[in-house]
Amino acid sequence: MKTDTARKNVVGFSEQIGRMEESMYKILKSEVLANNIYLFDVEAPRIAKSCLPGQFVIVKMDEKGERIPLTICDYVRDQGTITIVFQTVGASTMRMAELKAGDSFQDVTGPLGVPSELTTDPLEEVREKKFLFVAGGVGTAPVYPQVKWLHEHGVEADVIVGAKTKDLVILEEQMRSVAGNLYITTDDGSYGRSGMVTDTIKYLVEELGKKYDVCVAIGPMIMMKFTALLTKSLNIPTIVSLNPIMVDGTGMCGACRVTVGEEVKFACVDGPEFDGALVNFDEAMKRQQMYKTEEGRAVLRLQEGPTHHGGCGHCNA
Amino acid sequence: MDVLKKVPVREQEPQVRAKNFEEVCLGYNAEEAVSEANRCINCKNARCIQGCPVAINIPEFIHEVKEGNFAEAAKVIGQSSALPAVCGRVCPQESQCEGRCIRGIKGEPVSIGKLERFVADWAREHHIDTAQPGSSNGKKVAVIGSGPAGLTCAGDLAKAGYEVTIFEALHEPGGVLVYGIPEFRLPKEDVVKPEIENVKKLGVRIETNVIIGKSITIDQLFDEEGYDAVFIGSGAGLPKFMGIPGENANGVFSANEYLTRSNLMKAFDDSYDTPIVAGKKVAVVGGGNVAMDAARTALRLGAEVHIVYRRSEEELPARVEEVHHAKEEGIIFDLLTNPVEILTDENGWVKGMTCIRMELGEPDESGRRRPVPVEGSEFTLDLDTVIMSLGTSPNPLISSTTKGLDVNKYRCIVAQEESGQTSREGVFAGGDAVTGAATVILAMGAGKAAAKGIDEYLSNKS
Repeated sequence: MKTDTARKNVVGFSEQIGRMEESMYKILKSEVLANNIYLFDVEAPRIAKSCLPGQFVIVKMDEKGERIPLTICDYVRDQGTITIVFQTVGASTMRMAELKAGDSFQDVTGPLGVPSELTTDPLEEVREKKFLFVAGGVGTAPVYPQVKWLHEHGVEADVIVGAKTKDLVILEEQMRSVAGNLYITTDDGSYGRSGMVTDTIKYLVEELGKKYDVCVAIGPMIMMKFTALLTKSLNIPTIVSLNPIMVDGTGMCGACRVTVGEEVKFACVDGPEFDGALVNFDEAMKRQQMYKTEEGRAVLRLQEGPTHHGGCGHCNA
Repeated sequence: MDVLKKVPVREQEPQVRAKNFEEVCLGYNAEEAVSEANRCINCKNARCIQGCPVAINIPEFIHEVKEGNFAEAAKVIGQSSALPAVCGRVCPQESQCEGRCIRGIKGEPVSIGKLERFVADWAREHHIDTAQPGSSNGKKVAVIGSGPAGLTCAGDLAKAGYEVTIFEALHEPGGVLVYGIPEFRLPKEDVVKPEIENVKKLGVRIETNVIIGKSITIDQLFDEEGYDAVFIGSGAGLPKFMGIPGENANGVFSANEYLTRSNLMKAFDDSYDTPIVAGKKVAVVGGGNVAMDAARTALRLGAEVHIVYRRSEEELPARVEEVHHAKEEGIIFDLLTNPVEILTDENGWVKGMTCIRMELGEPDESGRRRPVPVEGSEFTLDLDTVIMSLGTSPNPLISSTTKGLDVNKYRCIVAQEESGQTSREGVFAGGDAVTGAATVILAMGAGKAAAKGIDEYLSNKS
């Protein structure tokens, strides 16, 4: 029985690849997770076969679209599908938001970047560690596959999900099913705890006396900056995942360069995950603004209110 | 007509072309081509052929042009080259075929490049099909990269009957022909695409969006997908930076990024989503062909553009024709000048660049006179954009994921020149991935040699 399935999958894969030539990258499911946050299941057999948590893809919706880097939120290897989550931030993502199940992306490429260390470190070492994940806003999407991977390998991690308000909490049920303990916090207190993710970290460590060996923080740049600052003072080594401007995603353009310690790294091939204590966040945040023209900011203000991404709790500063 | 001189080629006026992305050189018409072809004295021992990395039978194709048999001429070229319309435009003929031409001893050499271009363009416009696919021998070869090396290798192998698949990392095939060389030197729709289509007509399959080393490894190509041999023609895509203060400021780009945005992503065209910083005052650091391409792109986007180069005009690595075109269009050359620091404003944007004057000292290992800083000669250029064009090196994505594949200290793949054979059995390599950044035609020559090497390897194996 098992052999049959395995053989079927091999045939399936070449069929999937063959199909790609005609049908491009078909969207099998589309879902609105929150205001301006969308989820797609996309047919991408080569990527589904080889990707690991922490990696990302680049999508291009049509001839005139930008190449947009997006983290992989989930994957089903034997079905040849990946799940991507994105937030509308510019012209291309706004057009992408209009795609429906049955439509196709012209291009999806990957997996790009280095997989999360926890997936490549020796399992016995990983199993001895206590993990704390901190997800901010749409950053919940890339955190999910890491927590899920640990869960499937017998490691239960604590997860903090932070959002600006209740409506912007995404993937709650999915996360709850794989997390050891899930702590939700909203800036306005409309759901879960009230306050920023850093308040919850302090609560867990200082009030509940929890000890963590590794913190993985993914979300808006400013959230990662303040999380890394706090965890440094708490002596918790912290990994952050950067999502800077990119064009090719293979190390060719250098648009994604980021200063880590004394070195200049390319987030696309050296990252996207780096030691949060060493990342020069201020430079990285300035570089993210490179193509945000005054006009672009106006569109964002109109659509999202006065904050950039929402959900991190530091935006109003 | 002065037989010592080339028939002049028509070009867009500098003031006009500086504001558009249309092709600069308009090429010969039939009458001009025949007239130029008649300057060829049809040497018995043709030195031009020796100067061509893919050994096109130049006197024979020129002879057909003389007779007005343009379709025949195209077939002669087609025996040796898969990309004649490209090569006629971007080959450095002055140091290859034309550099060896007997006519060049007393006057100007025969304009072989422009004749090749004419023949290729004529054949395309008249739908002359030079593709001759071979009958299948049932063996599979994977070619990594769809640039000049990969396309040439794939084309030759397909002609020999191999089932060839090219894997391309980007969404569009063509490699540097598509992302690197600008539209105004090499039109994409009219020239590059049809030549790639010609390679496909030979039976070559191209799968885009596959990154070897990430999507799939070379070992998997052999073990899981049944390939009998692999050719690596992945180019030299990693940009270099100077390592000076301020280089991560907003408004500092690699030439690769700037050109990829404009060429591959078509950012110069407002109907495309990808943005580009046009800049008002731009410095391009470097003096190669890529620097000229970046400078002339920035100029066309409306900027005042300076080339900042640490040696003198004589040492500029760019082709003379490119430097000449750049000057005609109004690019300012700040020679014997080297950047020291990039200055930024309070928002992290470029506002200027401190440079130091240089003078030439003793020759260095490259044989060129070494530039030495003149003490106390620092000055500041006011700028809003800096484009670093300091060369590129091969991407380690493949070499770092392929066991037993040797690279040298520059991370270039080690391969035998005559066959492309690497340290791994069944794996061949050629082009910039082996040599570091060089020219389109040298990559094509290497692709050709590797196709022969692969054919010999697989013929002996069975």
